[in-house]
Parts: sequence; structure tokens; C-alpha cells
Amino acid sequence: MNVSVNVNGQQREDDVEPRLLLVHYLRDVLGLTGTNVGCDTSSCGACSVHLDGEAVKSCTVLAVMADGRSVTTIEGLAPSADEMHPMQRAFQENHGLQCGFCTPGMVMAATSLLREIPDPTEQQVREGLEGNLCRCTGYHNIVQAVLAAAKSGGAQ
Amino acid sequence: MIPAPFEYVRATSIDEALGALAEHGDEAKLIAGGHSLLPLMKLRLATPSVLIDIGRIAELSYIREEGDEIRVGGLTRHHDVEHSPVLRAGCGLLSHVAGFVGDPQVRHRGTIGGSLAHGDPASDLPAAVVALGGSLVLRGPGGDRVVAAGDFFEGFLETALAPDEILAEVRVPKTPGAAWSYQKFVKRAQDWAIVGAAVVRNGHTGVALVNMGSTPIRATAVEAALASGASAAEAAAHADEGTSPSSDLNASEDYRRHLAHVLVRRGLEEAGA
Repeated sequence: MNVSVNVNGQQREDDVEPRLLLVHYLRDVLGLTGTNVGCDTSSCGACSVHLDGEAVKSCTVLAVMADGRSVTTIEGLAPSADEMHPMQRAFQENHGLQCGFCTPGMVMAATSLLREIPDPTEQQVREGLEGNLCRCTGYHNIVQAVLAAAKSGGAQ
Repeated sequence: MIPAPFEYVRATSIDEALGALAEHGDEAKLIAGGHSLLPLMKLRLATPSVLIDIGRIAELSYIREEGDEIRVGGLTRHHDVEHSPVLRAGCGLLSHVAGFVGDPQVRHRGTIGGSLAHGDPASDLPAAVVALGGSLVLRGPGGDRVVAAGDFFEGFLETALAPDEILAEVRVPKTPGAAWSYQKFVKRAQDWAIVGAAVVRNGHTGVALVNMGSTPIRATAVEAALASGASAAEAAAHADEGTSPSSDLNASEDYRRHLAHVLVRRGLEEAGA
């Protein structure tokens, strides 16, 4: 089945099997391997991307469901190749990652959260990231990073 | 994990969806947000040969007041139920409980109709709709029929929805002055309830239990005790009557019975019973 998806600002046209998951379309067809497959059961959030601007778990969306819609992955977040998005910069400055596997999903979930709640409390950040698991950090610095990003344009 | 192959049909109206259901019979499954069905398909516990995508039928996504009811279109996403000013003002329990389904990413995709039609006794919204005394509009080739929420859930993942019907609308009574509570016991924030309890007090007190049997269960013994003047603690002691909780990795049957007592008491107390 033919799908037409705007991915990170570029219009993509591909013939895909209906059973192809969005995360496999992004990684295996388009080569955008920044989006990780973690649990593959919509629990861990590592595969989070934006679908029409809202965070979703791309392991639980079919590529055909994204037809005619726009998808943003971690590769499409930064304004240019040599400038990080404010959320990425905040994760770096606040040591919001260790192994980094959960980070693309965390960053995409966090930017989606700030679009809904631009100036969240710590509690709102913790609840807003309940769909993303991190095995390294204990979450503290991730929460600090999101709070810092809220003060520096992270909702953009 | 990759689902088994299937034929994909995208319906853009209710009539198209009903036509596709009539054509393909019980070989077909409807998919909206996909957050109940796709995980089953990835595990190959569900292998529909035709998938009818109703996720783009805009006419089934709405929240509106109608007389003494609030009517929610079957394709309304949990995110929209959670944040609806109409529901927050007129039926706070339903929007509150929608905020407990999965996590924000799941709530951006999953729909109230999908959650109810899936019929999982561990999910949050079925018990809320049962406690509220809501009803469901099932649309089929012969028109609409309205089923009380308490009669809709027939068994584990089994409901009164026929293979040629769509769950078109959820109706809940307006309860603007009601006190309510939702108690959910989980190990991780995003998980299914190990046990849960939904309480709403609006003159009469409605109590429904999550994951205490093969369907959401109305705690009628608790309601009867309250009606005859029992305290919250006395009434909550009846919480597991008539239930048949399972034992699994998360909890034994006895522990679930204990949780039902504790959660119902907390719910009644929070709702001021």
C-alpha cells in the first residue's frame, strides 16, 4: 500500500506492507535509526516520535496509519546540523542521560509535554514522562533537564 | 514483533465501516487507536485477516451535552476525554479516570470506544462507566441499540458488541455536584490496574471494581450496605462479595480481595461517604 508521510519536513512516498510498524518504517525504510526499539510492547517509550506534533509510541502505530500525516523524529528536532534543540542541550547540560538508549524517546516525550504544559511543575514533568523508562539515571537529572528546557525555549 | 499479514481497509465514514464489516464478517476487526489490538496482533494472539481502520472518522469524535447526559463519541481519544472542560465540569470521574489510562503517548492514540469494546477487566474506563451507570450506543446495519454499561461486559474480552456493529457513543449521566474517587493499585505508573475501584456519589453511591473478575464488576453489596446506613469502612468490608479475582504474577486471589477492601474504603472516604 502506498503511503505519503511528511517526515522531518520531507515528503516521503513509499509502498509498504500494511503490517509494517511505524518504527520499522522509520528505521528500516527511511534509515532514521535515532528512534530506538526498546520493549516493543508500548511500555518503555524508547520509540516515541511526534505524530502531527504529539508524542506517540511508534512500535504501536502502523505506518499506514501515518499516511497523509507528519512525523518528527529525534533527527528532525534540531534547527540545524550544528545546533542542538533546547531540549537536547538541556539533557546534555543537566546530565540527563547515561547510556543514552532512552534519550531519543525521552526528548520527544518531553518536547510534546512542554507543548501541552509550557511551564510545568516537577510533579507534572514526572507524570508527563510516566510512559518512558530509564534504567540508568534514576530520572532525577532527566526531570531537571526538562525543567531547565522549559525556561529556555524547549517547547518550540 | 510483527503482526501476521492482513488486508487493510480505511473507512472514512460510519457507513463505510459498517459496509466493510458486513462484507468481511468476523474475519475483520475494527482498529482505531490500536493500543489494545496491535499489541495482541504483534503477539499473534489476534490474527484478523482484514483490519478496518476507523481512526479517521471525525464524526465519531465529540463530547457534547444532551439533556441530563454527556455523550462522548466512540472515537474520542483518552487525551481529549481527560482534558474536556465539559466532562471535567459535568462528569469529573470520567475525565479523571481517562488520565489513568496508560501514559501520555497511549492517551494520544487510544479511544474510549476502543477501550470499552476491548472488554479487558483490568482497564480503567469500563469500571468508571459502570459505576456512573452509563450506557453505550451500538450501531449496526439495523440502526442503533442502547445497552446499559452493566449489561455490556459479558466475559474476559467479550462484550455485547456484535461482529457487525460499531461502538458509536458512550453516554454518562451529568453529575456536576457529585463526589467521586478513583483508586488504582499498580506497580508502575503506566500499568494496568492490579485492582482498582471507581466510586461516584450523587444521592445514590455507585461503586465498580477493576480486575476483580472476568468483567468490570459493580460492587452491589457495598452499595446496599451504604444504602442501609453503613459507614465507609463497614461497607468496604463487602467489597469482594460476588467477585472471582484471579491469581497471577502480580497478586494472589487473596491479596486482590484484600486490595478491594482497602481501595473501596479509600475511595468511599475520598468521596465523603
